[in-house]
Amino acid sequence: MKFLGYVLSHLWHSKRRTFLTVSSIAVALFLFCTLRTVMTSLDASLRASDETRLVVRHAASLVFPLPLAYKARLAQVPGVVNVSFGNWFGGYYQDPKNQFTQFAVEVPSVFDLYPEILLGPAEKEAFIRERTSCIAGEALVKKYGWKVGDVIPITGTIYPGSWPLTLRGIYRAATPDASEDAIFFHWDFLNESMPEGRKNLVGIYWLKVASPSDAPTVSAAVDQVYENSPVPTKTETEKAFQAGFIQMMGNVSTLLSILGSAIIFAILLVTVNTMMMAARERTTEIAVLKTLGFRDGLVLQLVAAEAMLLSLAGGIIGCGLAYLAFHRVNFTAGGMIPNFRVLPETLVLGILLAVAMGLLSGLVPAFSAARLPISSSLRKVA
Amino acid sequence: MTDGLGNGGEPLISLRDVTKEYRRNAIVVPVLAGITLDVKRGEFLALMGPSGSGKSTLLNLIGGIDRPTKGEVRVAGETLNALNASKLAAWRARHVGFIFQLYNLIPVLTAFRNVELPLLLTRLSASERKKRVDLALSLVGLEGRDHHYPRQLSGGEEQRVAIARAVVADPTLLVADEPTGDLDSKNAEEILVLLRRLNQELGKTILMVTHDPHAAETADKTLHLDKGVLRP
Repeated sequence: MKFLGYVLSHLWHSKRRTFLTVSSIAVALFLFCTLRTVMTSLDASLRASDETRLVVRHAASLVFPLPLAYKARLAQVPGVVNVSFGNWFGGYYQDPKNQFTQFAVEVPSVFDLYPEILLGPAEKEAFIRERTSCIAGEALVKKYGWKVGDVIPITGTIYPGSWPLTLRGIYRAATPDASEDAIFFHWDFLNESMPEGRKNLVGIYWLKVASPSDAPTVSAAVDQVYENSPVPTKTETEKAFQAGFIQMMGNVSTLLSILGSAIIFAILLVTVNTMMMAARERTTEIAVLKTLGFRDGLVLQLVAAEAMLLSLAGGIIGCGLAYLAFHRVNFTAGGMIPNFRVLPETLVLGILLAVAMGLLSGLVPAFSAARLPISSSLRKVA
Repeated sequence: MTDGLGNGGEPLISLRDVTKEYRRNAIVVPVLAGITLDVKRGEFLALMGPSGSGKSTLLNLIGGIDRPTKGEVRVAGETLNALNASKLAAWRARHVGFIFQLYNLIPVLTAFRNVELPLLLTRLSASERKKRVDLALSLVGLEGRDHHYPRQLSGGEEQRVAIARAVVADPTLLVADEPTGDLDSKNAEEILVLLRRLNQELGKTILMVTHDPHAAETADKTLHLDKGVLRP
């Protein structure tokens, strides 16, 4: 600790270099946290998926609906414990930029399929009773400052027009991976408002099976029932369904990993260069320290500590900014990534990465400084 | 009886047939040739000679920052040839205070922090270090200037800070490589007076390289080096 003053003095006296180096590391770590959060947020939907939930959709595409009449037949398929359904609404709140998940769901069966939607009994009762009501996730409510009783006008894009929904409950998610950025309202309300040709059509069915091992047989059985019908189905586990969504965005993980690695590597080179320049400028000073009796190992530690402090400061600032920025603004990428939160493990990884950058960037100059011969280094100046 | 530090029969500095050569590719450049020298504790010795005669090299060998090609260098009871780099560093910290021509203060540290540097290698507490630094700064007449950076000091003041840094850990020996070489005559005189005081009042053994005959007169004895050979 007694050498901390020496290290800090150097950082303080090269303010511009310190500021620029810390800033570049901070930007790199901010980007790292952001890119990793995109990946972990996409994965969150997979982690939140229940192995005993199946999704039934039109075999050709999600765009095509299924008849409401399928519900009764699906419930009879051996192995199916519960059935519910819903339609993706795809609207926005006040401004097209305010996009988030809205689902018209069958009430109350949806609560049997999704026990992770935590709602107080009174709020649940009020929601079930009122056909024009809705429930919203806590994060969404915080973001828009809603309160129970508010009428939330949602403008439909798939279902045109303004849809005033009365907020009757604020739900919390039972697990951190489940989203709190959605609105659920009555499918009946949507259905009765539809013109004749668009009535009684369902986007997707959710099936509950008794155990994960039942999933393959039930999926096959369901699809077999409608194999030769005009509206055939495709049934898969919720996890496979979510993974399909992510795949639609291309190989995002690989792209983001490449981008992240390239950024970190570029910044690492910049930092190594900066530290080497700083050490080279201090050739005489290092020789003087050794003359005074500073051992090679101690000189190595002092130079490495400087790089480590710079890197750590950049890491803490970059990771901290990423956490604060996304936490405070409740960023959802226009509803594309509803669970966009910087996870604690991302922050830990970011700080570890900063430590690794500090070690790597300090290593070369620290070893050079430690190996510096005293007499010739002093002679260069005198 | 001898304590190895020159308090007795054994000289504080003892060089036996010391040779130093530098190699530049295949070319061998001889610098010192068969130097034998004894310096008693408490002596103030001036070393003179033309440029390239090997004065600084001899000083570096005695100060333990360079090693001889042949021969034995024994200082303060320790044969320096036998010490590894780490032990030699610890030995320097304990026994030698260095004073350079260009002061070589750390520009980002205040006078106080510069003087404190050698004490960071000891087990002294922060308050003990402060006492020692204050004492060293007052010894060189710089009390009250402890928070000044080297750029805020004159050349003479910088050299006095460097002297305070050299004596703060109470070393056995002071080696000064042209300590007045970069100073005007007034400041040079003040530095010489200070070195003389350190020698006479504190009993410090001083080895000083100089080009200046007047500076050499401050010392008890002057030795001349010519082409790597020592002459009285």
